Amino acid sequence: MLKSGKTSIIAALLATLLSGAVQARTNLTMYYPVAVGGPLTSVVDSMVSDFEKQNPDIDVNAIYAGNYNDARVKALAALESGAPAQLAVMFSIDVHELMDLGAIVPFDQMAQTPADKVWLKSFYPALMKNGQVDGKTWGIPFQRSTIVMYYNKDLFRAAGLDPDHPPADWKELVSMGKKLTHRDATGNASQWGLMIPSTGYPYWMFQALAKQNGQVLMNQAGTETYFDKPSVVEALSFWKSMGSEYHIMPEGTIQWGTLRKNFLDQKTAIMWHSTGNLTAVKKEANFDFGVAMLPAKKALGSPTGGGNFYIFKQSTPEQREAAFRLVKFMTSPEEAAKWSIATGYMGASPAAYQTSSLQDYVKDFPPAAVARDQLKYATAELSTHQAGRVRKLLDDAIQAALSGQESPEAALTSAQKRASRILRRYQR
Amino acid sequence: MIRHQQIYAWLLLLPALALLTAFTYVPTITTIWDSFTGTGMQAHTGFTLDNYRFLVEDDVFWQVLGNNLEYAAVTVPVSVALAMAMALWVNGKVRGQSALRLAYFTPTILPMISVANIWLFFYTPEIGLFNTLLGWFGLKGLNWLGDPDLSLYSLMLMAVWKEAGFFMIFYLAALQGISPDLYQAAELEGASRWNRFRRVTFPLLMPTTLFVLINAFLNAFKLVDHLFILTKGGPNNASNLLLYYIYENAFSFFDTAYAAALTVVLLVILVVLAVIQFGVIERRVHYR
Amino acid sequence: MLKSALSPLTRGFSSSVAWALGLFWIFPLIYALWAAFHPTAYATHFSLTAPLTLDNFVAAWHQAPFLRYMLNTVAIALLILAFQLVLCTLAGYALARLSFWGRELIFGLILMQLMVVPEILIVENYQTVASLHAVDTYIGVGLPYFASAFGIFLLRQTFKTIPQELEDAARVEGCSLLQIILRVYVPLARPTYLAFALVSISYHWNNFLWPLVVTNTESSRPLTVGMAIFGAPESGVDWSVISAGTLISVAPLLIAFLMFQRQFTQSFIRAGVK
Repeated sequence: MLKSGKTSIIAALLATLLSGAVQARTNLTMYYPVAVGGPLTSVVDSMVSDFEKQNPDIDVNAIYAGNYNDARVKALAALESGAPAQLAVMFSIDVHELMDLGAIVPFDQMAQTPADKVWLKSFYPALMKNGQVDGKTWGIPFQRSTIVMYYNKDLFRAAGLDPDHPPADWKELVSMGKKLTHRDATGNASQWGLMIPSTGYPYWMFQALAKQNGQVLMNQAGTETYFDKPSVVEALSFWKSMGSEYHIMPEGTIQWGTLRKNFLDQKTAIMWHSTGNLTAVKKEANFDFGVAMLPAKKALGSPTGGGNFYIFKQSTPEQREAAFRLVKFMTSPEEAAKWSIATGYMGASPAAYQTSSLQDYVKDFPPAAVARDQLKYATAELSTHQAGRVRKLLDDAIQAALSGQESPEAALTSAQKRASRILRRYQR
Repeated sequence: MIRHQQIYAWLLLLPALALLTAFTYVPTITTIWDSFTGTGMQAHTGFTLDNYRFLVEDDVFWQVLGNNLEYAAVTVPVSVALAMAMALWVNGKVRGQSALRLAYFTPTILPMISVANIWLFFYTPEIGLFNTLLGWFGLKGLNWLGDPDLSLYSLMLMAVWKEAGFFMIFYLAALQGISPDLYQAAELEGASRWNRFRRVTFPLLMPTTLFVLINAFLNAFKLVDHLFILTKGGPNNASNLLLYYIYENAFSFFDTAYAAALTVVLLVILVVLAVIQFGVIERRVHYR
Repeated sequence: MLKSALSPLTRGFSSSVAWALGLFWIFPLIYALWAAFHPTAYATHFSLTAPLTLDNFVAAWHQAPFLRYMLNTVAIALLILAFQLVLCTLAGYALARLSFWGRELIFGLILMQLMVVPEILIVENYQTVASLHAVDTYIGVGLPYFASAFGIFLLRQTFKTIPQELEDAARVEGCSLLQIILRVYVPLARPTYLAFALVSISYHWNNFLWPLVVTNTESSRPLTVGMAIFGAPESGVDWSVISAGTLISVAPLLIAFLMFQRQFTQSFIRAGVK
């Protein structure tokens, strides 16, 4: 991993000497992914250039790096080469793996002044869960989301339902879903009651259902999973039954990427999707729509999701300091408000919602606050050691159950067995 | 003279060999090495067969391998046969020949990354094109990408679409090179259309067929770009292919050592395929 | 030339199959035209009364510097092709005509590269390119592809079929080795060069992952990487803008193909690619 450590230290020393001689400038490279509707590179660019104006001694090279997976490939390649970026926005759930690689440093190291320590505590606690391991903070929330329920008020009215009363629990979800599902003479559905996407991030949607049924899927240390608990099996059976038994949702898997279009085309009255799509839906919907928290079974619940800032270990103290300043700037209430309005992501701190710009926006467009209000009931996104592999086990189990290859119980039991085998070596 | 030849030969080969060494051999050897000495992202943790042991026990690997063999077994012959048929059509006297040529050629021009998104629209249920068309005929729509029994075939369809037109170009050029005299001779003998194809055209196209076959086989194992957009290998690995699985292991699971072991398997498969194919070429075909 | 044995019926059947297939093949392009010229709401609805618009093109154009990306793609593809042609010619000749120790071994080794998927070696290759300070340059994108085993293999096979007597005659006239390659072998292998060029350009026209990893800025990013920003299914697909972007990026090629269709195929045909 650090085979080029020596050269990079020398190179870094040289670089500092040289740059020190010319002018005390610090160069930063930052990778960031774009994962929501609409190209947001220009928004990031303008935020970064504002930062550079305020900090003339720092040059930031902000590099758009594709989607989250592409960004991870790019960051890994750069890390291995010894010429890495100093900071990146990556999945909040990559934290265990980045730590296991020894690639990142905790923010506590940089946050020395009392003001910084206050800043560290200024975010919504639910958004910090995925960034905190072993009592330290490794990731700072930036583009964060929860799952919310988008629903078509016009279709609610047409079905004789109260447009201001979206389904509040699973029972209502099914009964309203039945009223919202229309079939033509041949039995083809022309309009579905509900769609929950099951490609892309099935585990994420499933976490919401499990949480609503009173069960989280892993422990905070990321060394145990609870896929085969009865309440989890029940949650998956419920998900499946909406297609196979109640017929309010298409059977089989539903594409994440095309779901928004299904909703905008009024092919489904309700969709569960990331808040990151809010701005795009708002722009394109030509009907009256509402946004609500996900319904409850035993409790309300949704996982958080999205990307955190990380600072990489292969960096000089000056660079870390500069990167830290950049992160503080990008997550400051004003910038967070700007980002939230442009994307639909949450403002990561209560202070962001105190800014006049976001307050005006929420007053004008109340759905923008739903994700924040839901944070009270939120759980951390599924993240364990070897998270990618463990997530994939759960994804496969969900898809196997939804497409009828296996029963929910069998699928989840075997996923749990495999997950525990993988995680065994991380348990102390 | 012989001595000169030695020197010249190595001089001529030097640039290519140097680049191949730097960007293929060294990294490949490192990969093989890692597959025996690495665990997860950590390299050099001591000699181990764990990665291969895991591979043998990994049902997903066996499923993916089976998928890939099936994928190759279908896409290769279909796209090659279609390419040949297309070339015969646009080479003959079909009305609007040049428009047809362009139609067959379009998939080659459209970059995979954007055209896969268009196919996503074709396949998507409810709003997608294919199901709309089925609906016009009163048929029930299919879940093209979401049904585990169907998703691999949906991928194959797109792969054939992308490749056949490209291969057609090679056949077209080869057909134009066949002397009309040969056909006249066959016609004089009173050979039927099918016989003319079988006895004159097909054998003369053999070198092109081999060229195209090699390309098609390699692509069946090396082109997985459409998976990133269409299915990501799902549902439940029903449409996962070997290279995509390797990519997942290396970059989503942070398990470079296991990805290395899988790479070694892919290499072995391709080398075996290649040895068979090149063996055939060297022995049986007078390559032109 | 096929006239006599063909009944009008089978011919009619055959050409309608050909046309049905052609229609299917061009459909994605037709759809892209539909989606690009109509408002987003009509991306999934087909109606004759749908209003036309250029908004999608405006949106796509403002979101990415297409001209720059196109220039990059063309430059990268041509740079790679140029290197490949030179390197593969030299190596192909050595393997076809010179006898030297270890020839079979070297040839086998080169064939090996055909089997290696460059995408798998991304991390290793990135390290090499970074150590040469070539990240985010055309050269950096091209380096792993400059030596093409496929090209070497093809040219070796072709050179082997060229009569030795031609080389001997040239040698008698006092040509040097390089002159022999340039004047005897290269012209006679033109069809192979064309076929190989087509494969190579089409590959790099489509290549995505490696350029994404090794480029950082507009100065070297190819179209595919630029296009990815519209087309990540993670974000929910906006087919209208994707289609507009796709059309912008392939328009030059399509127009060129339409205009020079005849010349293109004919030059290909004259070369008699086999």
